[in-house]
Amino acid sequence: MNTDLLQLLCFYLFGGVAVIGALMVITLRNSVHAVLSLVLTFFSMACVWLLAEAEFLAIALVVVYVGAVMVLFLFVVMMLDIKQEVVREGFIRYLPVGVVVAVVMLVEMLAMIGVRAMHAHTLGANPAGASNVAWLGKALYTQFLLPFEIAALILTVGIVAAVALTLRQRAGVRHQTASQQVAVRATDRVRVVKMAVEQPASVLPAPVVEPTQENAP
Amino acid sequence: MGAQLIDHVLLPVVYILAIVLPLVLAVAMFVYWERKVLGWMHVRMGPNKVGPLGLLQAFADVVKLLIKEVVLPTNANKFLYYLAPMLALVPALAAWAVLPFSPGVVLADVNAGVLYLLAMTSMGVYGILLAGWASNSRYALLGALRATAQVISYELAMGMSIVCVLVLTGSLNLTAIVDAQAGSKGILDWFFIPLLPVFVIYFISGVAETNRAPFDVAEGESEIVAGFHVEYSGSAFALFFLAEYANMILISFLASILFLGGWLSPIPASVPYLGHGGFHWLFIKAFLFAFLFLWFRASFPRYRYDQIMRLGWKVFIPITIVWVLVAGCMKYFGWVTIGTGA
Repeated sequence: MNTDLLQLLCFYLFGGVAVIGALMVITLRNSVHAVLSLVLTFFSMACVWLLAEAEFLAIALVVVYVGAVMVLFLFVVMMLDIKQEVVREGFIRYLPVGVVVAVVMLVEMLAMIGVRAMHAHTLGANPAGASNVAWLGKALYTQFLLPFEIAALILTVGIVAAVALTLRQRAGVRHQTASQQVAVRATDRVRVVKMAVEQPASVLPAPVVEPTQENAP
Repeated sequence: MGAQLIDHVLLPVVYILAIVLPLVLAVAMFVYWERKVLGWMHVRMGPNKVGPLGLLQAFADVVKLLIKEVVLPTNANKFLYYLAPMLALVPALAAWAVLPFSPGVVLADVNAGVLYLLAMTSMGVYGILLAGWASNSRYALLGALRATAQVISYELAMGMSIVCVLVLTGSLNLTAIVDAQAGSKGILDWFFIPLLPVFVIYFISGVAETNRAPFDVAEGESEIVAGFHVEYSGSAFALFFLAEYANMILISFLASILFLGGWLSPIPASVPYLGHGGFHWLFIKAFLFAFLFLWFRASFPRYRYDQIMRLGWKVFIPITIVWVLVAGCMKYFGWVTIGTGA
């Protein structure tokens, strides 16, 4: 068995799993299962990208989407009380729209592959010795520095906006300030009083008179 | 055909077994060592009945767990309930593929090794989250939510502290990271000196990432019984246990490789025998870190949950971001002479 055939087999295997996973996302009844099949789709797409030697993209997909975004999705879906039938209602109704979007995307992708095939020489082969990651890093931080920084800025604004949108100022909440708590000294809380082990008899208060039977009420 | 089959199928399987079997043994010994160390720190004996010095205690526990019934809770999601332990264990074992033990001794010497490790550790969250959800138990769900939020938060601090190492090394390859710390001065050439704050943050985040004491609110025995795996019994529980300890050992190895020069010797290379590197140095360093896990557990009371989040988001992440900048300046202006490779 030669390596090319093995790679082709792997490609069809991962591609098939990705397609099945994507179908399961919209057909499964349980929404947690649906989210998990989306995870499966992402993962098999990452495997396909690995076959195409785009290792950075593949692993970034796993780290960002599988590792973080989908976990948050799962969080939300687990917490929500979704009526399954209502969710499934639109499946047939939205099918035409979905088909149109899919066809447009397919045409765009084919066009892009065609353009790339025409300009294959501009992309060039991967130079021997240099890793994919090093290549990408160099391009991002030299040639495309400005777009990269702008994208980072937009994301930061997005984070701040999300926090600002969900921030509620509630009255009557007693917050703890960690720096104040840490700065507390023992003397602020406890006063150690020095005193002799035994007090001299003159200082002692007068002995308490035991109530006798007579003067007890 | 036959030779190719041996090369492409049989040899990798043998290599994988050569890593996984010692790892499982190491986990068993680590559990024994943990109980012994905790015992000594509590002025007790620890396990000492099964086998010489109690050495077979861990194996006795494994046998006990394996012959116990795996109970499926009422109304639990059967498929996910049985899938979750495997989802926890597989990434914990798969991460070991890119870990170099000494020059050239590595299963897969990939260029994006560090990224792969981050991907695998972030995959482990699914096991926890699904275990909590599929068990159909409130305690388990609460434990899973706590654990997941904590792991995701500390992954950021961990990732940023690894970025500092990457900036100084200029590579994502773990072997290259160790090679960059090679020098004639031994211990003084390692990354933990210029990157001391992030080294500390990395290890503390590693403790939080594995949900170990003092960050073990996910298990919080006194509040939510045992967290996400409270409904698991028998071998399914054993898998979670195995995954947790494999992750702890992985973090120990990674801390040694990233900051303490991996297999390099702390003694300058001019010293005849002790100056040479070797896998024994890596194991000594990793053992040190693994011991720290136990020491923490015996020493510190559990953090409160909001304090954990505060520590991660408001203290660790800002410090690491600043130190990424500092590391960049170190590299650019040549403030430190790390990575002489001499």
